[in-house]
Amino acid sequence: MLRFIVRRLLLAIPVIFGILLVTFFLARAIPGDPCRSILGEKATEEACERFARNKGLDEPLPVQLGIYMRDIVTGDLGDSIRFSRPVSQMLVERLPMTIELATAALIIAVVVGVTLGVISAMRHNSAVDVGTMVVANVGVSMPVFWLGLMLIWLFAATLGWLPPSGRLTAGLSSEPFFEKWGWDFKEGSFPFLTVEFISNHFIFNSIITGDWEVLRDAIKHLILPAFALSTIPMAVIARITRSSLLEVMGRDYVRTARAKGSRERRVVIRHGLRNALLPVTTIIGLQLGALLSGAVLTETIFGLAGAGTMIFDAITARDFPVIQGFVVVIATLYVVINLIVDILYAYLDPRIRLE
Amino acid sequence: MTQPSEPVESEELLLTAGPAKGLWRSAFSRLLRRKSGVAGLIIIGFIVLVAIFAPLIAPHSPTEDFIGEPNTTRRDPPCVHLLGCDEELPEHIMGLDGNARDQFSRIVYGSRLSLSVGLSTVAIAFTVGSTLGAIAGYWGRWVDNVIMRVMDVILGFPALLLAIGIVAALGPGLRNTLLAIAIVSIPQYARVMRASVLSVKEEEFVAASRALGAGGWRILLTRVVPNTLTPLVVIGTLGVASAILDAAAFGFLGLGAQPPTAEWGSMLAAERQQIFSAPHLVFFPGIAIMITVLGFNLLGDGLRDALDPSLNE
Repeated sequence: MLRFIVRRLLLAIPVIFGILLVTFFLARAIPGDPCRSILGEKATEEACERFARNKGLDEPLPVQLGIYMRDIVTGDLGDSIRFSRPVSQMLVERLPMTIELATAALIIAVVVGVTLGVISAMRHNSAVDVGTMVVANVGVSMPVFWLGLMLIWLFAATLGWLPPSGRLTAGLSSEPFFEKWGWDFKEGSFPFLTVEFISNHFIFNSIITGDWEVLRDAIKHLILPAFALSTIPMAVIARITRSSLLEVMGRDYVRTARAKGSRERRVVIRHGLRNALLPVTTIIGLQLGALLSGAVLTETIFGLAGAGTMIFDAITARDFPVIQGFVVVIATLYVVINLIVDILYAYLDPRIRLE
Repeated sequence: MTQPSEPVESEELLLTAGPAKGLWRSAFSRLLRRKSGVAGLIIIGFIVLVAIFAPLIAPHSPTEDFIGEPNTTRRDPPCVHLLGCDEELPEHIMGLDGNARDQFSRIVYGSRLSLSVGLSTVAIAFTVGSTLGAIAGYWGRWVDNVIMRVMDVILGFPALLLAIGIVAALGPGLRNTLLAIAIVSIPQYARVMRASVLSVKEEEFVAASRALGAGGWRILLTRVVPNTLTPLVVIGTLGVASAILDAAAFGFLGLGAQPPTAEWGSMLAAERQQIFSAPHLVFFPGIAIMITVLGFNLLGDGLRDALDPSLNE
């Protein structure tokens, strides 16, 4: 098992390196220079030269690339050109929002998706089955941004049950757990960034500090965007669960289990579902990219200041360090999550380890 | 959606198939037996007809505005005389948009754009991706390594973000959106093609061809490629669906088609702040996108079932 993990890790290194290279050059291939998109169209030549010198943009490309690689290895993501703030600080502020949104969406997608898939497979070819699959097909065909707007129209504008946008109601704020507990950190230091990163997950933070008002409010704000984001993965998971369970239920060991006189419920869960969930695990890993792409759209619609809108703004403003820093984090996350999926897979199906 | 095959169906097929019915013809007749395939074909047929006959169907030009006409204001809600709308008011079955243009006409013309974006994106990605995949799979060794590592790098990014980066680099607009979506979907085709080539190239008929003295390219093009196309056709059909969705997302983000082009995603984006006061302007373009995408998804599913050899044992 250890050899398997090490080999997978080593294989990931050239891929991450390639991603960093592509990002570096792609970011610089975006036409229009950062100076004019940040200082304004009318910035003078001298102002732009000074700007370039300050931000290290006057160095030759290979030197810039060298500095960039060195900084990444030492964990320094540089400063945003536009805001003159450390990229790491910006990620600490913005990423938790996106993580909360994506996690909530993934939980909804897995729970509802697997349940629907199992029900469909058990009532194969019934009205329930056909209905569920029609809904799943419509689910993957809906534009996320349109669904989001429709949800706002129905639940916020018409019914008034849920807030249309934002993360917390104005006037309410989430008190970081470390401040509440009187922990003291040097601002900008690594431990400070870490605890701040954790406390910016409002739901988690309000649970550990027992702030139920903020918790209720944060959840209320999260329901609509999370649901909008969950539809596509949910539909995909429901379909995969159904077809994989149908296939498994035709196997000999399921017949054996039935012949032993096990109850249908037990046969489906113990013998069917456990084996049927293998492909579902892979799909969940693959859905991460869709979730991140969807997050850009969902955050835009629901007015959420998350990492999705941050990267979108950075790309349009040619803020190189932010684009690069974001991609580094996402690429690493990607590799780590796929590694976890692979390990889980190897654990669930020992044949894979031996190959 | 693999399900235990229905024996009756395959027996029937055997009886009706005759001795030398081609793979594609028999696949097509199987497709017509699948509800999803038929539904998909009907939807796509409908959209294609709308796109072809757009000038006949649309009551107005997609860019004509009605500013200053009697009884007309911007963002008028839908008005259908048959459904009891006041005869005094001009008829606009999907209402007017923020520039007082007839939304129904814009949606009808938008179908041309969405279809051509979906099809041309897949055409590019399909050609480039399957060529790369075939080369990688057939020649192997370092060629394979280089091509597939590049594909891994592309797959390492969240697709939409990479496409946004490419569009930002090339400049916003419909053509660049199309290219960006094509580029990020190349690896899918390359991977599937490579896998198919790897499995086909060891078959005996390929060895026979080689023994007869056929060259590498000739074997690849006449023996290997035709036997690998089935999975690619399925991916391609589903690819049209996702390309249309992605192009709409780009329009929505303001990177795709630019005004006044009637593109569904950008129509939606232009009016999204009006969701509280004029929901019809958001509702209809979204429905149009959804129906078109649904058509290709259903057809893709139907094709997968029809072409899956495990179903006609």
